[in-house]
Amino acid sequence: MRRWAAPTLQGLVLAAAVVLIVVLPRFTSEFRLGQFTFVGIYFIALLGLNILTGYNGQISLGHAAFMAIGGYTAAILILGQKGFELAGHDPSHIIPEHGMRPLFTIPIAGLVAGVIGYLFGLPALRLAAVSLALATLAVAVSFPALAKRFEHLTGGGGGLSLPLPQAPFGWDISTPHWLYYEAWVTAAILFVVAWLLVRGRVGRAWRAIRDGEIAAVSSGVSPAVYKTLAFGISAAYAGVAGALFAIQVSYINPDTFPVTLSILLLASVVIGGLSSLSGVIVGALVLEFLPIYAQEPPVLHLNFAKQAGPVVFGVVLMVIVLLVPGGMASLIRRITRPVTAALARRT
Amino acid sequence: MSTLLELRGVEARYGPIKALHGVSLTVAEGEIVALLGANGAGKTTTLRAVSGTVRHTGEIVFEGKQIARSKPDAVARAGVAHVPEGRGLFAELSVWENLRMGAYVRGERRTLRQEAPRVFKYFPWLERRRDQQAGTLSGGEQQMLALARALVGRPRLLMLDEPSLGLAPTVVQEIFRIVKELNADDGLTVLVVEQNANVALAAAARAYVLEVGQVAIEGESAELRRHEGVRKSYLGY
Amino acid sequence: MALPLAVVWSQVAQQVTSGLAAGAIYASLALALVLIYQTTNVVNFAQGEMATFTTFIAWTIMNHGVPYWPAFALTLLIAFGGGVTVERVLIRPVEHRPELVIVILTIGMLIAINGLTGWIWGPGVKAFDSPFPNRSVIVGGVAISIQDIGTFCICLGTVLVLWLFFRFTTLGLAMRSVAFNPDASRLMGVRVGWMLALGWGFAAALGAVAGMMAAPTVFLDPDMMLVLLIYAFAAAVLGGIDSPVGAVVGGLLLGVVINLLGSYVDFVGQELRLPTALAVLLLVLVIRPTGLFGRVVVRRV
Repeated sequence: MRRWAAPTLQGLVLAAAVVLIVVLPRFTSEFRLGQFTFVGIYFIALLGLNILTGYNGQISLGHAAFMAIGGYTAAILILGQKGFELAGHDPSHIIPEHGMRPLFTIPIAGLVAGVIGYLFGLPALRLAAVSLALATLAVAVSFPALAKRFEHLTGGGGGLSLPLPQAPFGWDISTPHWLYYEAWVTAAILFVVAWLLVRGRVGRAWRAIRDGEIAAVSSGVSPAVYKTLAFGISAAYAGVAGALFAIQVSYINPDTFPVTLSILLLASVVIGGLSSLSGVIVGALVLEFLPIYAQEPPVLHLNFAKQAGPVVFGVVLMVIVLLVPGGMASLIRRITRPVTAALARRT
Repeated sequence: MSTLLELRGVEARYGPIKALHGVSLTVAEGEIVALLGANGAGKTTTLRAVSGTVRHTGEIVFEGKQIARSKPDAVARAGVAHVPEGRGLFAELSVWENLRMGAYVRGERRTLRQEAPRVFKYFPWLERRRDQQAGTLSGGEQQMLALARALVGRPRLLMLDEPSLGLAPTVVQEIFRIVKELNADDGLTVLVVEQNANVALAAAARAYVLEVGQVAIEGESAELRRHEGVRKSYLGY
Repeated sequence: MALPLAVVWSQVAQQVTSGLAAGAIYASLALALVLIYQTTNVVNFAQGEMATFTTFIAWTIMNHGVPYWPAFALTLLIAFGGGVTVERVLIRPVEHRPELVIVILTIGMLIAINGLTGWIWGPGVKAFDSPFPNRSVIVGGVAISIQDIGTFCICLGTVLVLWLFFRFTTLGLAMRSVAFNPDASRLMGVRVGWMLALGWGFAAALGAVAGMMAAPTVFLDPDMMLVLLIYAFAAAVLGGIDSPVGAVVGGLLLGVVINLLGSYVDFVGQELRLPTALAVLLLVLVIRPTGLFGRVVVRRV
């Protein structure tokens, strides 16, 4: 009986989370709802990053660049050559002539980012943890310059404005509500995919490589295959998140996904808990709300400068690293363990 | 002869594995003492406990002062030179720089000026090859450099861990000859761990035999040579 | 025909000299990274932010009417103290944890220090004085800016002083011995913990030099070092992350190459200098992971 208690509790918590996400729009303002849409988007990006860093042990400080690739892919497909010309840009020939529905661009954005991520993963194979962190950071720092340079694809520094999205198929819900559901349904699907990947054969291979590459090789796991796969999947997640982000704010420019975001994404994964899928939701909440609450702490009625956000973020990250290596997820587990134990005794 | 080093009931462990089960021994000033025993008997661990490089309990008194649980650098500054297993040379640094590090405990420059000539008397080749990278020396030369480096700091106690390991018999003879000479000339106190009991007993005045982390037999070298158990297990005749 | 060629030659020479000045800045920051990597085996992602922070301190000191060079010296002292403190307080507790953990800790420092700089001094761009006159001297038909010469001399001068320190002083030798073999150093009576802290102190001071030399041209703002840090990383990796000589050579090489590519290859231009540096970085990492001067480390099972 005891063995069943923990999964039961996990299932209950998961069900409660789903219910909460479904009914939340009824109880919050549209502004709040927008914030929770971002939580959903970050959730997707962090899922991907956790697959790479948490489960496979590869650091990326460049995930904002993969988000940007997804975001640009979506924006370009939504606008098409016609949309570019309408906005006064000179479009490249590789852009399709007519625009697409935003919803359909999301998987394509994921695919494009995934392929580019996979290709980047190939040279990354030869890099040790630290060099990889460096190389990915360099990618993130370089991306804005590249985006500005290839103006025919990206609209240059001025960026691309997208039409305000509306619920498709004649659904009668407001745009913020539609965007909220779009983000969270995508998040739910990708969560299940991640869960299946991580607990299956692929996940075992990833963890084996993370815990000792040479030992993994001797048990028949090919690091090259699985590490590049992790990179590709992780980048695809980031690409999907980037597309949703661009659709949500209906605008994209080279600074929409800054280096800082890359760094904060990694920080959030660690704060939430490496190799913990439930920690990802904590990470996403932290990423969205910590900077806001750091600037204007609730109850205290204080108003700090915008930079209070990063300061608190950095300090929280350092405290987690120093004191709670497993992140918030392990902290929560530690608190809930007595509950599970009690449950186990009951049944 | 006054006691220089005394261990009383020293215990040590590596994680869950206990390596020393209460070792007690003494080393008097001006004495060469050998620590014998089979692989894993706790010889190396005993030296490491003294130099503070392994967690331990019990009492370790050096020159009347308690040094148990001191940090390795403090033990070194107190006058204990430990030439560890594998010699602990700085392979990337030159011979001369290694000697400079040996003098570090007592203030490098002045010590080196005084001590280098004395040490070069025993190892004349070191002076000629002072700019060579230590890692490029042969095994025997490295062992001698490690010995020379320890001597440059003018230690009160020299602890050698398996100086014969992996060296040709003639080189081993040479090293022990120098150790004996140093002992005779300057009254250097030496605690030497050896698996090669023949060589060690020839040089040492007294010896302890460790078995599974405890002192099993102790006595004068001559006495131990006649001891049947020692002869059978460690001397091989 | 001779005239245009001469003009081109002097232009190239000019680009090379200004590349050397920029490269000297990369070299100092790269050396700071290598210094920390050698002693504590940590790649310090906060190196650039620490440098920015101290450069802002220098700016404040100068704003209080202190002349340039005393302010410069005072800043170095403050940076040194800061570096030592960071090592003792933040790095020491995670010393024996996996590399990933330490990297993430320095990323936390990066975020916090960057935010703190912006919080204290505001997000705007500030002008930072240069100690050198804004003139050029003509050497063999090549106009070289005095600021470039000054920057080059200060950066490489600092590097030289450090080299002499490591080579000839007892403390420098002890620090090197700790980098090579901390356990053996302990047996020699070296207080290893303090040597590591000193390593961080020197690295922070070097970073401060790089920051103060870079600030007059890139202007002082909280994010100024991020790009520079990438160049420094690229330089360190180019030279071999465990080789001080490599860091310096790598920095100078990178400065010159990037400057020439930016000026003479249209595709690269001004905007793509950084991606080009990235490409160099990746190429070196893939072809020769140990860098030009690095030691080959044999991985054990």
